[in-house]
Amino acid sequence: MNKLLTVSPSPHVKGDESIRKIMYGVVLAMLPAFAMSAMFFGWESVKVTLIAVAASVFFEYVIQKYLMKVKPTVDDGSAIVTGILLAFNVPVGLPVWLIVLGALVAIGVGKMSFGGLGQNPFNPALVGRVFLLISFPVQMTTWAPNKLVADGFSGATPLGLLKEGLKSGKTISEITSQLPNHFDLFWGNMSGSLGEISAVALLLGGLYMLWKKIISWHTPVAVLGTIFIFEGILWLANPERFMDPMFHLFTGGAMLGAIFMATDMVSSPMTRVGQLIFGVGIGIITVLIRNFGAYPEGISFAILIMNAFTPLINAYVKPTRFGRVA
Amino acid sequence: MLKTFKMGGVHPVENKLSAGKAIEKLPLPKTVSIPVAQHIGAPATVVVKRGDEVKVGTIIAQSSGFVSTNIHSSVSGKVKKIDDVMDSSGYKKKAVIIDVAGDEWEQGIDTSNNLIKETHLDAKEINAKILAAGIVGLGGATFPTHVKLSPPPGMTAEVLLINGVECEPYLTSDHRLMLEKGAEIIVGTKLLMKSLGVNKAVIGIENNKPDAITRMKDLTANEPEISVQPLKVKYPQGGEKQLIKAVTGKEVPSGALPIAVGAVVNNVGTAFAVYEAVMKNKPLVERVVTVTGKSVKEPSNLMVRVGTPVTELVEAAGGMPEDTGKVISGGPMMGRAVTTLEVPVTKGTSGILLIRDKESKRNEMEPCIRCGKCVSVCPMGLEPFLLMTMSEKKLWERSEDRHVMDCIECGSCSFTCPSNRPLLDYIRLGKGTVGKLIRARKSQN
Ligand code: SF4
Ligand code: SF4
Repeated sequence: MNKLLTVSPSPHVKGDESIRKIMYGVVLAMLPAFAMSAMFFGWESVKVTLIAVAASVFFEYVIQKYLMKVKPTVDDGSAIVTGILLAFNVPVGLPVWLIVLGALVAIGVGKMSFGGLGQNPFNPALVGRVFLLISFPVQMTTWAPNKLVADGFSGATPLGLLKEGLKSGKTISEITSQLPNHFDLFWGNMSGSLGEISAVALLLGGLYMLWKKIISWHTPVAVLGTIFIFEGILWLANPERFMDPMFHLFTGGAMLGAIFMATDMVSSPMTRVGQLIFGVGIGIITVLIRNFGAYPEGISFAILIMNAFTPLINAYVKPTRFGRVA
Repeated sequence: MLKTFKMGGVHPVENKLSAGKAIEKLPLPKTVSIPVAQHIGAPATVVVKRGDEVKVGTIIAQSSGFVSTNIHSSVSGKVKKIDDVMDSSGYKKKAVIIDVAGDEWEQGIDTSNNLIKETHLDAKEINAKILAAGIVGLGGATFPTHVKLSPPPGMTAEVLLINGVECEPYLTSDHRLMLEKGAEIIVGTKLLMKSLGVNKAVIGIENNKPDAITRMKDLTANEPEISVQPLKVKYPQGGEKQLIKAVTGKEVPSGALPIAVGAVVNNVGTAFAVYEAVMKNKPLVERVVTVTGKSVKEPSNLMVRVGTPVTELVEAAGGMPEDTGKVISGGPMMGRAVTTLEVPVTKGTSGILLIRDKESKRNEMEPCIRCGKCVSVCPMGLEPFLLMTMSEKKLWERSEDRHVMDCIECGSCSFTCPSNRPLLDYIRLGKGTVGKLIRARKSQN
C-alpha cells in the first residue's frame, strides 16, 4: 500500500504505433517486389540487396556510435529500409564497392549529416542513388539482362529504348516493336533497376501499407494520376511522338517512386492536401524529364526536387482548423 | 444512421470491463473530506465550523459568486475539522472533514425511488433549485450547471444535447446510469429543456452501448421533442465541440462557447442529478464512480458519497492489485494520476482506474519522424508536432498564432505518436503560458 505510484500527465494509454512497426511494415511491403526481382534477375539481386542493407546498417551504427557519439538506433529499422530502397534503385550488376559507396552517401550524407532520422530533408536512398547516377553513369546504366526476357530484347530498359529510338528519329510504332508488351511490363518482365520492374508486386506492397495505415493514398495516387493524365494528354496529342500513359506507369521507377520513395514520411508533407500538391509536382517533373529531358527516367530527380519544396508546402498548407473564424 | 464528428479522432481499446455491472451503493465511510473547490470557478465559502452537527444535505460551503456553487454535506455526523487535504489535482485544497454518524438526511429530501414526472415549477425556479443543489457538470468538467443554463445576453439556446457518449475507455458510469436510471434522466432532460426554453433535445450515445441506445429510445418513444442519436465510436466524441459537430453538424467557432451555435451540452449524469435536485430536493452529494483496471478483481460501478476516500472504493472492488503502478482519477485519456489513494471522491470523479505497472511507464521518446499522424488525429485541426517544438523553443507568440488555445487536451496526439513524443505535455505548457500572456495583455488595455 505504501508503494510509490507513477504520476504523469494524461493521456495514460498509448496506441500501438511505433517507428519499428512502421519501418518493418515497409520492409514487409517490399517483399513481393524483392521476390519478383529475385525471380527475374536471379540470386544477383538478393546479393545486391543484402550488401546494401548491411552497408547501410553498418554505416548508421558506426556514424552514430563514433562520430555522433549517441546510442545507435539501427534497430529502429530505418536504415534497413534505406538499404533496400537503395538496392531497388540500382541495376543488378552494380559492382560491390559502388553499392557500399552508395550506402555511405545515402546514410552519411543523406541522413546523418542532417542529424539522423527525422531530420533529413531528402529521401536518403535517393540521395545515394542520384549520387551514383551522376558520378558513375556508365555502371548505373549497365543493365544486366533480365533472365526471363525472351532473346532479342537487349539489356536496355524500356524507357532507355524509347529515348534512344526517338533520338534516332524513329516513330513510336517502330519503337514499340522492340518493347515488351503491357502485360510483361505489368509483371515486371523487362530490364531495369532491381526493385522497380514489377508493377504488380509494388502495388501489392502499396496496398499492404495502405491497409496498415503506414501510408495514405494521397501521395501515390497524386503521382501516378498526374503521370497518367499528363502522359495521356501528350499521347492523344501525338501518338507517334509519345508513348501511351499505361506504358509510363509500368516502366521505370514510377511505381517504386510513387509508392515507396515519395511516401517517405520524413521528407514529404504533413497534411493530406500538402501530399496531393507534392505528388502532382513529382508527376509533372517526371513527365517533363522523361519526354523532354536528357535522362530517360526522372522520377528520382522529381522526388528530390519536391523534397526540397516540402518545408514550403508545410508552411503554407495547414490543416483545416475546427471552428476557424474566417 | 450513425453520425460522428469529421475531423481527427482515435480509437483507443475500449476495455469497458465493468459495463455489465449494476450500480451498487458503497457503504458509508467513517469520515469524509469534502473539498470546497471541486468545480470550475470560485471556491465555495465554508459556513460550518469544527464541532457542528450536520446532516446529509446540509450546506457546508456556500456559492461565492456567479461561477461557483454550493457544497453540501454528503453524510450525517460532526465536523471534525476544516483543513487542507490533497485532492486528485495533486494540490492541497481546503476541505471540510466530517466524522460520519448514522445516515440522517435534511428535511424535505425525498430519498425514495419513486419516479416523479410532473412539476409546476417554471424555468426560473428550476434553475434556482439547480443552483441550490450545487449541481455541476458530472462528465468531469465540473462547470456549474446553472451557469450553462443562463445564456449570456443576446444569445439563445436552440437545442439541448445530452451527452451519453462516454468515449473514455474503461469508464461505464454513464452507461450504467442510462440503463438503470433512464426514466429519471429523461425527466431531468425535460427539466433542463424547460429551464433553457428549448423544445428540442438530442441524447447522443456511441453505438458500443446498444442496450443504452435501445433503452433510451424506448423511453423517448412518446417524447417527440427528445430524440436519441446513435454515434459511431470515436474518441473524443464526448468533447462538447465534437458532440455538437457530430449531432448538429455545426462547428463552435474558435474561442467561443457552444451557445454561440445555440447548443447547450449536459452529461447524462448531470441530467440525473438535475432530476434529483428538482423533483426530490436532493442536493448533489453522491455520484456513480467506475472502479476498474485490468488487474482489478471486481470492476464495479459504485454509488459513492462525495468526500469518500478513494481507497474505500478500491477495497470494494477487491483491493488494490499487487501490480498497480498508477492510479487515475477519471479515464485513461484525460484523467489525472493521483499520488495517493487517500484523495477524496469529488463531484467530478467519474472513475478510478488502476493501471498495471508495465503499462504505467511511458515509452522512451524518439525523434519526430514527421509522419503527420498527430496532425491527422487532432480533432481541432492543429499541428501538435509544431506546437511542441514551439513550446520547447519558447516561441509563445507563434504558438498563439498557431492556435494553441484551441487545444482541448484530448491527448489524441500523444496517444498516436509512433515516436512516443509527449506532445500534449508541451502543448499544455504552451497553453498555460499563452493564456497568461493573453490575460496580461487584456489587463493592460
Ligand atoms: S493538440 Fe490538443 S486537441 Fe489536438 S490532439 Fe493534441 S491534445 Fe487533442
Ligand atoms: S505523430 Fe509524432 S512522429 Fe509523427 S509527426 Fe507527430 S510528433 Fe512527429
